[in-house]
Amino acid sequence: MGSNTLEIRQLNTSFLTQKGEVRAVMDVSLDVPEGKITGIVGESGCGKSVTAKSVMGLVKYPGKVMSGEILLDGRDIRDIPEKEKCALRGSEVSMIFQEPMTSLNPVIRIGKQVEEALLLHKDIPKEQARIRTVEMLESVGISDAGNRMRCYPHQLSGGLRQRVMIAMAMICRPKLLIADEPTTALDVTVEAQILRLMKKLCSGGTSILLISHNLGVIAQICDYVYVMYAGRIVECADTVTLFDHPAHPYTMGLLRAATSLRQDTEILETIPGVVPNLLHLPKGCSFAPRCGSCGDRCRGEMPLMYEAGEEGHMARCFMC
Amino acid sequence: MSEILLEAKGLTKAFPAGRGRKVHAVTDVSLKVYKGETLGLVGESGCGKSTLGRMMIRLLAPDSGRLLLKGGDVTGMSDRDFLRHRRQLQLIFQDPYASLDPRLTVRELIAEPLRTWNVCRSRDEMTARVLELMEDVGVPGEFLYRYPHQFSGGQRQRIGIARALAADPELIVCDEPVSALDVPVQNQILNLLSGLQKARGLTYLFISHDLSVVRHISDRVCIMFLGMLCEIGETEEIFSSPLHPYTRFLMNAILLPDPHHRHEEDTLLSGEIPSAVNPPPGCRFHTRCPYATDRCRSEVPVMRDMGGRMAACHHPLGHGADLRSSEEARTS
Ligand SMILES: Nc1ncnc2c1ncn2[C@@H]1O[C@H](COP(=O)(O)OP(=O)(O)O)[C@@H](O)[C@H]1O
Ligand SMILES: Nc1ncnc2c1ncn2[C@@H]1O[C@H](COP(=O)(O)OP(=O)(O)O)[C@@H](O)[C@H]1O
Ligand code: SF4
Ligand SMILES: [Mg+2]
Ligand SMILES: [Mg+2]
Repeated sequence: MGSNTLEIRQLNTSFLTQKGEVRAVMDVSLDVPEGKITGIVGESGCGKSVTAKSVMGLVKYPGKVMSGEILLDGRDIRDIPEKEKCALRGSEVSMIFQEPMTSLNPVIRIGKQVEEALLLHKDIPKEQARIRTVEMLESVGISDAGNRMRCYPHQLSGGLRQRVMIAMAMICRPKLLIADEPTTALDVTVEAQILRLMKKLCSGGTSILLISHNLGVIAQICDYVYVMYAGRIVECADTVTLFDHPAHPYTMGLLRAATSLRQDTEILETIPGVVPNLLHLPKGCSFAPRCGSCGDRCRGEMPLMYEAGEEGHMARCFMC
Repeated sequence: MSEILLEAKGLTKAFPAGRGRKVHAVTDVSLKVYKGETLGLVGESGCGKSTLGRMMIRLLAPDSGRLLLKGGDVTGMSDRDFLRHRRQLQLIFQDPYASLDPRLTVRELIAEPLRTWNVCRSRDEMTARVLELMEDVGVPGEFLYRYPHQFSGGQRQRIGIARALAADPELIVCDEPVSALDVPVQNQILNLLSGLQKARGLTYLFISHDLSVVRHISDRVCIMFLGMLCEIGETEEIFSSPLHPYTRFLMNAILLPDPHHRHEEDTLLSGEIPSAVNPPPGCRFHTRCPYATDRCRSEVPVMRDMGGRMAACHHPLGHGADLRSSEEARTS
């Protein structure tokens, strides 16, 4: 059995706002095993991005990682000095975002940006860096990379910019890639290409944490999945088990909603109600107000993660 | 078939792109929208869906081509003369937030179009009508005096829909109305749109890049690529036997929420979408099409009737092209 590239233990991240403490991430624990793609899925506002940013040390004021451990190859990186963290970012851990312009500089040619990501972390001659850059751009499917390197980000389509960002994230061969909704802004044919690329990276030895609100993306490439709801992990299982035998009513609702589009039904499945405001979480299970199987106990007490059948399958629900 | 509500004949629009160049956003598009139907318009971003949608309701003037409303040519009509048709044709957007004035309450937002179209005679009647519209779209009446930022994305979309309904239109162009929403909320909005259509006999031109959504909601579908139509037909026919190679690639790229059906590598499209500034000659899809021949590279395929369906392809699927190997096609 392989080891875990990333382990998150009991992570709590809050935003200390004027209206009170917004607990965006609560007691989140998860593993990203070596050479696998691990997914986090959930509706927007569930805390997926804040979890990723907590790992990267990118949570900004008034947000704060309150407690927990973030272990990269067994080493806790939560409290290392900012300088060391900077050195880790890009070389050992890289992140790609939904909107590539958050990581691309609009006034620098894309080739130079990718090359500098490499030169910053690796001590290699410039000439060699250039060659590696062209190779990297080509391997993410940018044709005519030698010339395209000279483009500025705005001269490229969204799909190409996303590829440049992936090239930049991958050029130092990090152990861990965190991809936050990497294809959400892209069209289906480009999305499929980017996912194929991520699979290739993974078989090349990079462990991936893939965040998406789209169950289609998760089903297509993840090995193992965590489902998040209102700041907490509510279910985890290997991908096939999760889709074949979901145990948490929230996961079931998400799946029914996604599959009903493909069935010949007039009325589509939905989940009644909305994601709760994190400032006013209900007592007991956060999903209780929207849950069809909710009982008295659910309204009074927060369920823990319980075994749900198969080994490695857990759900935060009294009914499972 | 029922009455033709709206008809486009050869609509074409190019935008200036600097240095004397042009973006060929929509080129020579002809289509009919029948009363009471939902016509889906699918294609990847930048292929001209919004531009076409806006031309279809005369929010944007075409460079050439004609627009017919119930058989009458409204292309060259003055804005003043068109005003009496305006309220029949409404639009809802992907991001209602961008189109809702943040300083106005829900009441004011929905009252605005009512005022424009002189629907109410008194303040009380106005409030009653606003409340009625809120109920129709499922926004609780107690939120009458709330502001847009106090609502979730799904509720804002409901308010956008109420504003469009205020004009009591015949046709609504829905431009990616659910693209920014999570699936459960997306489904709520789609159910709402279907219900309203039934209750009011509405006609929709439903624009989306999401094939699964379009398949669910549309009676007929048009597939668009780089400013031109690839094919039009009944939804189930298009999905069960696409004629245009691009349609099939789009369908293969759908990400099924099912780990037992993962993508097969060779059914995916490679390469990049060509630029609309310099669209390829002949068939605009030929640079990515495995079946392209010399004819495709030089001659623009016209829309042809193929047994009740229309497709613009020299070698439509199921008619020989895909039976040859693509290697053979490339060298022919
Ligand atoms: N800057 C901020 N200030 C206050 N709350 C925030 C801030 N950023 C995020 N949050 C809170 O954190 C929650 C989770 O956000 P996020 O991780 O971005 O969700 P997701 O990525 O799952 O859509 C949000 O619902 C929001 O309440
Ligand atoms: N006002 C405009 N000025 C210049 N170019 C435009 C304008 N509106 C759209 N375009 C261009 O026209 C093409 C089609 O755009 P659009 O109709 O918005 O596509 P879609 O809705 O399918 O994404 C794109 O290349 C876009 O950049
Ligand atoms: S076969 Fe020819 S005409 Fe048909 S899509 Fe391919 S390139 Fe276009
Ligand atoms: Mg996010
Ligand atoms: Mg558009």
